[in-house]
Amino acid sequence: MKVLIKKYMGFLMAVAAVGIIMVLSTKTGLKALGIMAGTFKEMLMLLPPVFVMLGLLDVWVPRETMVKYMGEGSGIKGIVLSILIGSAAAGPLYGAFPVAAVFMKKGAKFSNILIFLGAWSTTKIPTLMFEIASLGPAFALTRLAINIPGIIIIAHLLIKLMPKKEIERIRENSYEIL
Amino acid sequence: MSGIILYSSAIILLVISFLKDREKTKVALKKAWKSFESILPQILTVMVIVGALLAVLDTQTISRLLGSQSRWMGVVLAAVAGSIAIIPPYVAFPMAALLLREGAGYMQMGAFVSTLMMVGIVTMPVEIKYFGKRLTLLRNVFAFMFSFLVAAAIGLVVG
Repeated sequence: MKVLIKKYMGFLMAVAAVGIIMVLSTKTGLKALGIMAGTFKEMLMLLPPVFVMLGLLDVWVPRETMVKYMGEGSGIKGIVLSILIGSAAAGPLYGAFPVAAVFMKKGAKFSNILIFLGAWSTTKIPTLMFEIASLGPAFALTRLAINIPGIIIIAHLLIKLMPKKEIERIRENSYEIL
Repeated sequence: MSGIILYSSAIILLVISFLKDREKTKVALKKAWKSFESILPQILTVMVIVGALLAVLDTQTISRLLGSQSRWMGVVLAAVAGSIAIIPPYVAFPMAALLLREGAGYMQMGAFVSTLMMVGIVTMPVEIKYFGKRLTLLRNVFAFMFSFLVAAAIGLVVG
């Protein structure tokens, strides 16, 4: 019980905050509940199938395959593949974190993981179509053109700034999580 | 839409896996549940915070903030708003288009869209769980700064 409360402490505090909003303004509180219901639905659409597929990926795809395509020696091929997989994905960025963790566990190169995260966050193809439709091709394509080199550069800057030990810890953490 | 695709792919793969090897499929499902359960507290927290935040900081408030600002101040505000907000793209892009029509600049919208997609202050608890505090903080700071570059490029090309 104590462990459970500790685990859900943040959640309970957030719920309490919404309770306070509700007391201050019932209208805003109800609106918050409505948005929560929307977010919950979105998560329900995304997370269960993603986690099931990750479980399957974990048991069926051998480590060697991941290392070959996205691991240390994968070079340009690994970078391109990371961008393509990230861009083909649908859903908000938090859906990318568990996927990245499985890739990491299976031996993908750390810079490729970061490139994958960057691609998922901002060069998604389904979203791009929508961006072109609502904001125009000049806007969307300028963003895309600067984003692709941007995410690769950010990935390498991050690796430069992260101590090796910390990266090792993050990789070990991915073993525990899945 | 993407939900239907995701669910059908997951079910098809699950059936294939089950037909090929029952034991492995069981292990896969166990792993799926374990990893889902371990991230659940953070996910629920994010869900509640998003609800509270967006109820207070609604579309009208955002458009008022970004509507008539001086250039760079507006860009900074737009970048901050995008970092905090979590709005799905199919809502965010039409909203940005609307804001443009109401007088917001292209640079501001470039910064807003960019941080909206790349920076996630509210989802940080989830990110930290997988990547630790340091990397999460650095990634978000870099993405935030990068968004100004995106804003400048869009101002140059479109604005």
